[in-house]
Amino acid sequence: MAEFDNSTTLLLGRLNLSAVPKEPIVLVTAVVVAIGGLGLLALLTRRRLWGYLWSEWFTSVDHKKIGIMYMILGFVMLLRGFADALMMRLQQVWAFGGSEGYLNAHHYDQIFTAHGVIMIFFVAMPFITGLMNYVVPLQIGARDVSFPFLNNFSFWMTTGGAVLIMASLFVGEFAQTGWLAFPPLSGAGFSPWVGVDYYIWGLQIAGVGTTLSGINLLVTIVKMRAPGMTLMRMPIFTWTSLCANILIVASFPILTMTLILLTLDRYVGTNFFTSELGGNAMLYVNLIWIWGHPEVYILILPLFGVFSEVTATFSGKRLFGYSSMVYATVCITILSYIVWLHHFFTMGSGASVNAFFGITTMIISVPTGAKIFNWLFTIYQGRVRYELPMMWTVAFMITFTVGGMTGVLLAVPPADFVLHNSLFLVAHFHNVIIGGVVFGTFAGIAYWWPKAFGFTLDVFWGKVSFWCWLAGYWLAFTPLYVLGLMGVTRRTRVFDDPDLRIWFVLAALGAVLVALGIAAMIVQFAVSIRNRHRNRDLTGDPWDGRTLEWATSSPPAPYNFAFTPLVHGLDAWSSMKLADQQRPDAPFLPIHMPRPTGSGVILSALATLCGFAMVWWIWWLAALSFAALVGYAIRHTFDYDRDHHIPVEEVARCEAARDRQLALAEA
Amino acid sequence: MQDKTPGSGPLRRILWLLPAMALAGCKFEVLAPTGDVAAQQRDLLVQATVLMSLIIVPVLLLTGFFAWRYRASNTRATYSPEWAHSTKLELAIWAFPVLIVVALGTLTWVGTHLTDPYRPLDRIAKDTPLEADHTPFEVQVVALDWKWLFIYPEQGVASVNELAVPVDRPIRFRLTASSVMNAFYIPSMAGMIYAMPGMETTLNGVFNEEGEFRGLASHYSGWGFSGMKFTAHALAPDAFDDWVAAAREGEGRLDRAAYLDLEEPTENVPPMTYAAVEPELFDRAVNMCVEEGKMCMAEMMALDAGGGTGLNGTINMAALTRDEAAKRGARAPVLGWEPFQVAGYCTPEEESRMFGQRPAWAAAPPRDASPLRGAGLPRPGTAPGLTSPGFWSRPGLDLAALLPPAGDAAAAAPNL
Repeated sequence: MAEFDNSTTLLLGRLNLSAVPKEPIVLVTAVVVAIGGLGLLALLTRRRLWGYLWSEWFTSVDHKKIGIMYMILGFVMLLRGFADALMMRLQQVWAFGGSEGYLNAHHYDQIFTAHGVIMIFFVAMPFITGLMNYVVPLQIGARDVSFPFLNNFSFWMTTGGAVLIMASLFVGEFAQTGWLAFPPLSGAGFSPWVGVDYYIWGLQIAGVGTTLSGINLLVTIVKMRAPGMTLMRMPIFTWTSLCANILIVASFPILTMTLILLTLDRYVGTNFFTSELGGNAMLYVNLIWIWGHPEVYILILPLFGVFSEVTATFSGKRLFGYSSMVYATVCITILSYIVWLHHFFTMGSGASVNAFFGITTMIISVPTGAKIFNWLFTIYQGRVRYELPMMWTVAFMITFTVGGMTGVLLAVPPADFVLHNSLFLVAHFHNVIIGGVVFGTFAGIAYWWPKAFGFTLDVFWGKVSFWCWLAGYWLAFTPLYVLGLMGVTRRTRVFDDPDLRIWFVLAALGAVLVALGIAAMIVQFAVSIRNRHRNRDLTGDPWDGRTLEWATSSPPAPYNFAFTPLVHGLDAWSSMKLADQQRPDAPFLPIHMPRPTGSGVILSALATLCGFAMVWWIWWLAALSFAALVGYAIRHTFDYDRDHHIPVEEVARCEAARDRQLALAEA
Repeated sequence: MQDKTPGSGPLRRILWLLPAMALAGCKFEVLAPTGDVAAQQRDLLVQATVLMSLIIVPVLLLTGFFAWRYRASNTRATYSPEWAHSTKLELAIWAFPVLIVVALGTLTWVGTHLTDPYRPLDRIAKDTPLEADHTPFEVQVVALDWKWLFIYPEQGVASVNELAVPVDRPIRFRLTASSVMNAFYIPSMAGMIYAMPGMETTLNGVFNEEGEFRGLASHYSGWGFSGMKFTAHALAPDAFDDWVAAAREGEGRLDRAAYLDLEEPTENVPPMTYAAVEPELFDRAVNMCVEEGKMCMAEMMALDAGGGTGLNGTINMAALTRDEAAKRGARAPVLGWEPFQVAGYCTPEEESRMFGQRPAWAAAPPRDASPLRGAGLPRPGTAPGLTSPGFWSRPGLDLAALLPPAGDAAAAAPNL
């Protein structure tokens, strides 16, 4: 239990000395982060990079730059979330034979909550949003998304949420409730201090970003496709992105509303989810999973798209069964809304309800299985080049299939009754999230990196990272399946059966291997950047790609396409290459583009400040920042100077540079 | 390993599949349970695994084979870059999984009903049906911060973090929690079920073997969660009687005041027993009215079902006599009212009569366990002809009419 003091002052609310971290581990982390942060700031200042970062990146409304910033955010948060994972593993190896381990309950419970929250909301979500942001407009032959400012604003709101979650590490505490914060535990009674409030406001602020970005990409795909690109001619990644964004738009408002109700319970004493006075916590559990299950598919669907693109490209073949792939995606989108109850069969709904939701869950495995078969038959009679993206894809197919099987097992209610909340469950969802979302993201990074930066990634370090991740994943989570079958419960901090220890040791070794994988990936990025001239991609199409993003230079010009491509069928770029199409080189026209704006940064900063003030009950600051937020948003609507034209000379210069590159590539 | 394992056929397969088990002896409780219900659940787990292997194993093998065979350096393999559609093949890749799901779905539908925790048992083990006139052994379970309270209404004793039950007798657990959500799990006996404050859940199970078994909380409930475990003793009838006698000779009476003391958050509590228990304590725990003078949830629901008491309903708001969250540092909502409780109108006698009325499903007789016969299995307690005034409110219910005539309280409360 934390030492804390909820007494308030007018100036600082309940922010007082009890908010200073007392645990040595946190204190040392805080100092290291502070020193590192100051060092980074000093470096940026010395190199005079602030102006560049502000005008070229932070205020940019270019979907490509925003996509890259999302990926950076996801990677930074991956380091934090993974540090949490390592700490949990160490604790579970340590806390045997009467030892309490090195983490007390207050600290350990925050760590597993933060790990889940960060990995889902601030790693996986930024990764998929980043990939969709970067790739979708290019794939559909558009020059940007429908609402470029909204895109920038969405990114900064997501970042604002991440900042709040990170702040909780050093100022106060984070929630000790598990990543979905079930009441009554997350109510004011049982979580009286700031942890759950950080959780709520962090997710609400990031949720605004996610919802808006969902709307943005949805409209972009519906309205901004190149002429001729009918729905059934869209690249499969665009299809899966479309479905993922439909899910975002339809499900994130449920999360927002549920958290608002929890906020009311905590702040003004309503009784939506308490167990007394008419409240019912089961309501919350249902609501949060009605969002939570579609969320799982929001994460995985875009990666299914990545795997489809990668498999077709590196097999040198058209994707097998394009239409059935599309139908499978749509089926999954719809079915993902009628399976949520499988997350709590053991709450006692009764046999018919449980059986219904169990069977709907199994039905989802049919379209998912069809996808696996489609990839399989894309490889069949292909010429598979094992570049990094393809390696991740094959690793995915094997890992994810096993994870899918354990998922269907858990969908059988009687089996779930003995495996629910066990480490088997933990192993299952890591199996599909690491095997699917993480491997898919890495496949996507390796695949589109040359497009984004103009040079390919270093293969040696990429392979080191790949094998560490793959072996590390299996070593880290197979023991968890075993422990689950022994009836070991998740979120347990201390163990007394010494026979379990060996499995935790193995799992910890696996986590260390994954850590090496992450380190190798960082080395890979560094080495690739150092060797960028050697690995330069001049063609813009290093993998012999099939879709329109490969029709541009690497990296693409700010306007993506000087001439909007016309689409006559699937795999537009493939057919253009087959027909030996030449890019027209005249007449260029000025290109109408959105202008960078700092409004997104400012609005998000105000929202984050408002969230922080609400967490700490600093009412004057909350009111002030909220008023400023609304005021600034209104002011922004009166900013009519939002666009500019890229002059013809500039376009001609860019295109001439591209011609020179292509000539160089041919030589 | 334990000697006797019901339904050991599938188990043997698992043993071959998992040589790792040798490392851990008999620790695979989920795969080698001793209780009949857990064994049935395990069987389904194994059957589902086998069924899915029909498709998973070929997919894994094909992935490996295709990935190797069609590598770019293998120029002897056929290369057909434009081949992207085959109606027959696509029909097959949709139809085959559908067939598996149909089979698995059928298993699931039947299995879910047969092993539903609410369903009274109709057999002790695979070939041991129950006698027609048996009564299940009832244990009332309350998840407290952070220990388990077991009340034995027939015996009038209670225990903490130690469960003692007779072997080979169906047990009906009635569960609730005092503060937050929890889950009750004895892996060797049967699957888990949530225990939630203000609500009652049921779990039916049986121990088929004497011995000590591990019981645990399997839903995270706060900082004392790791230490919230107990030992379940499955005892022969004599041994169980001895245990009850020893408990009765012990000290301590679990009345409302003692319960409120016990409810305070504590961690790693050693097992202990109470020689006597106040009747209706469990019902009060479910209805969140162990505190003197607090309105029971059932009364509140009955009043609300009758249209509520309108403005008059605000006159019986009272200060909390006790706040179960207090020891976790509870606070008033920063912008709202102080937490309050509602004072009850009912007299203790009226409350007794309310508690005496059990919901229909609790009184349902055991059902036939024979497999699906086409029409599907009715839910336990929903069979026609089972009528009861019911405990739970519904619209238009008159509170006065709900209560049986005075003097019938004892008859209406057979278990208390």
